[in-house]
Amino acid sequence: MAASLIRPEEAQRIWVWLEHDGTSLEGVSLELLAKGRELADRSGEGLVGLLMGHELDSLADEALGYGADEIVVAEDPLLEVYTTDAWCDAAAQVVLEKKPNILLFGATPDGRDLAGRLAVRLRTGLTADCTDLEIKTDEPALMLAAEVTGFGGGVAAIIACKENRPQMATVRPGVFRPALRRSHGEEGVQSRCPVRIDPGRVRTRVLERRIGEAVDITKAEALVVGGRGVKGDFGLLETLAGLLGAELGASRVAVDEGWIEKDRMIGQTGSVTRPKVAIVCGVSGAMQFTVGIMEADTVVAINSDPEAPIFESADYCVVDDLFSILPPLIRELENSR
Amino acid sequence: MNPASNNGLRTIVCLKVVPRPEEVRVDAETMTLDRAGAQSFINPPDLNALETALKLKDACGGEVSILSMGPPFFEPYLRLALAVGADRAFLLSDRAFGGADTLATTYTLAKGVEKIGAFDLVLCGEESLDGATAQVPPGLAEWLDVAQVTCALEIEKVPGKREMRVQRELKGGSETLSVDLPAVVSVKANVNEPRFIDYDRMEWALQEAPVGVWGAGDLATDPELTGLAGSPTTVAGVRQVATPDRRRKHLSGSAGEIARALADLLRTQTGSRGG
Ligand SMILES: Cc1cc2nc3c(=O)[nH]c(=O)nc-3n(C[C@H](O)[C@H](O)[C@H](O)COP(=O)(O)OP(=O)(O)OC[C@H]3O[C@@H](n4cnc5c(N)ncnc54)[C@H](O)[C@@H]3O)c2cc1C
Ligand SMILES: Nc1ncnc2c1ncn2[C@@H]1O[C@H](COP(=O)(O)O)[C@@H](O)[C@H]1O
Repeated sequence: MAASLIRPEEAQRIWVWLEHDGTSLEGVSLELLAKGRELADRSGEGLVGLLMGHELDSLADEALGYGADEIVVAEDPLLEVYTTDAWCDAAAQVVLEKKPNILLFGATPDGRDLAGRLAVRLRTGLTADCTDLEIKTDEPALMLAAEVTGFGGGVAAIIACKENRPQMATVRPGVFRPALRRSHGEEGVQSRCPVRIDPGRVRTRVLERRIGEAVDITKAEALVVGGRGVKGDFGLLETLAGLLGAELGASRVAVDEGWIEKDRMIGQTGSVTRPKVAIVCGVSGAMQFTVGIMEADTVVAINSDPEAPIFESADYCVVDDLFSILPPLIRELENSR
Repeated sequence: MNPASNNGLRTIVCLKVVPRPEEVRVDAETMTLDRAGAQSFINPPDLNALETALKLKDACGGEVSILSMGPPFFEPYLRLALAVGADRAFLLSDRAFGGADTLATTYTLAKGVEKIGAFDLVLCGEESLDGATAQVPPGLAEWLDVAQVTCALEIEKVPGKREMRVQRELKGGSETLSVDLPAVVSVKANVNEPRFIDYDRMEWALQEAPVGVWGAGDLATDPELTGLAGSPTTVAGVRQVATPDRRRKHLSGSAGEIARALADLLRTQTGSRGG
């Protein structure tokens, strides 16, 4: 095996890469701080947040309030916007200096872009797209057991990285509940880790960024979800969602077909959601989808196929054509307003 | 790395053959994927990567090579890629490569890229269907020490420069990057419409074209870095995913009756699972 650059016995603490947009932390980073805190308490390790960027003072103060024992700040003008080379160089320097035992990333576009490269630079293992994390305290060097939902249905695999450090993982947004802001006096300490980035090694340049209003379905109280069965038209679902104050969600097929934005995808590749109620229309209920509604309080499924597996994962089952159920349902709800 | 080529782009497309997801079962005893009997196909986004490569070749000239690591049964799929329009294909196949995680896979693929020779662009799919998730392209870029872009939506060559213009997906939007060549770029699924097999190429592609098959000896790979031996991660266990106990109550009647029942339910829905 590739020799680990960091020895297990010198590796320490649980680290979370804190993704941000310059003003606030990404939701999944707060989720990882919450889970990281839990793992840290259970194992007696410390929890560290790694904040990278340029001119981060206010964000660094903000980040202290979410349960980390320490926020390590790495700043450089070249970290103003995300580029793989600059961020990977900086992250590798921090890791080799501070020797984390565990290093967690959100499975966002940038999180995956960075973690995939950093793991190879550090010659260590990376478990991608985890749906749960646990710590084995009976192991001498605190082993992370990272769970990934295996494909083919019904089974999750637990992946471990026994000898190489840090033990790296990316985690789906929405899997854990976000950390709550703590009161003053319970905050961690802040430190800086100097990094040096060679501008000549930054081989991509950001010319333009267009970020729209990002939807975050992981926070929705109610979801109206469409799959292939909506046949390209989310119109009825949108009307229903409007009446219920719900967000729209979708299966992967509906997203891949280009019927709706990717941010609304539910499931293994999409988000794990925890609404009070999810109304799932024209979705067959593949395991990769249902992992995303497992945490819903109530699931209503509308599907014309009585054999559809989605009915196994539903509290209320309607075996019917969604196009004949939704219009009268919308009328009912409109009338009772 | 390589001097600028005046003869268009030398592109390598990394292509993987995956079993149809719905046909794979997990053998809970051996903790392995049981793909026996499962039909295979080319990982769908890899066909989008191939189409991207062929479009770039149409625009700038050059040549397109296919690179894949996997068992010998991958070969006919590589020939399909030749029939679609690729010029050469190479399969990295050796028992020693089996059981590789991302670190070992990307090491081996990087050795394959190096053996193919000078290149401008390596194109991959955004992710493979069978478990591994989007980590091969960044890992490969690291071993090769070149620029990387993941989740590309659009790729254009900048005329007269060793540079590409790439639009990349972000959370809630996209960004446009200028990228120095050589580079590894992973292409989003469905960004283009992969072309069909070119029937004029069929006979050549399926029968005559040589597909290079390289093993550990050909690549001079370090046995400590390939396959199971080179993989820092291991499967420590499998677990049945517990599905939450749902009520599975069927609502029946006319569409109107069902709608009324659902409306009542949604109005009174307190959010507690209960009952
Ligand atoms: C590695 C991997 C990751 C994946 N990740 C995800 C993920 O995150 N999210 C995800 O969703 N999928 C994911 N998938 C894909 C998943 O396996 C399924 O293919 C997908 O969820 C199917 O989407 P669907 O239910 O919309 O389409 P289908 O499976 O085609 O089902 C459509 C359903 O609509 C019903 N229907 C059709 N017309 C009507 C009508 N008029 N009224 C009512 N019902 C109707 C049909 O009976 C059918 O059950 C993943 C797959 C893999 C291999
Ligand atoms: N064994 C392989 N052989 C060739 N290309 C691969 C292989 N594994 C992954 N890739 C490429 O890397 C992309 C992302 O795969 P993954 O990181 O496994 O999700 C795929 O779409 C392929 O283009």
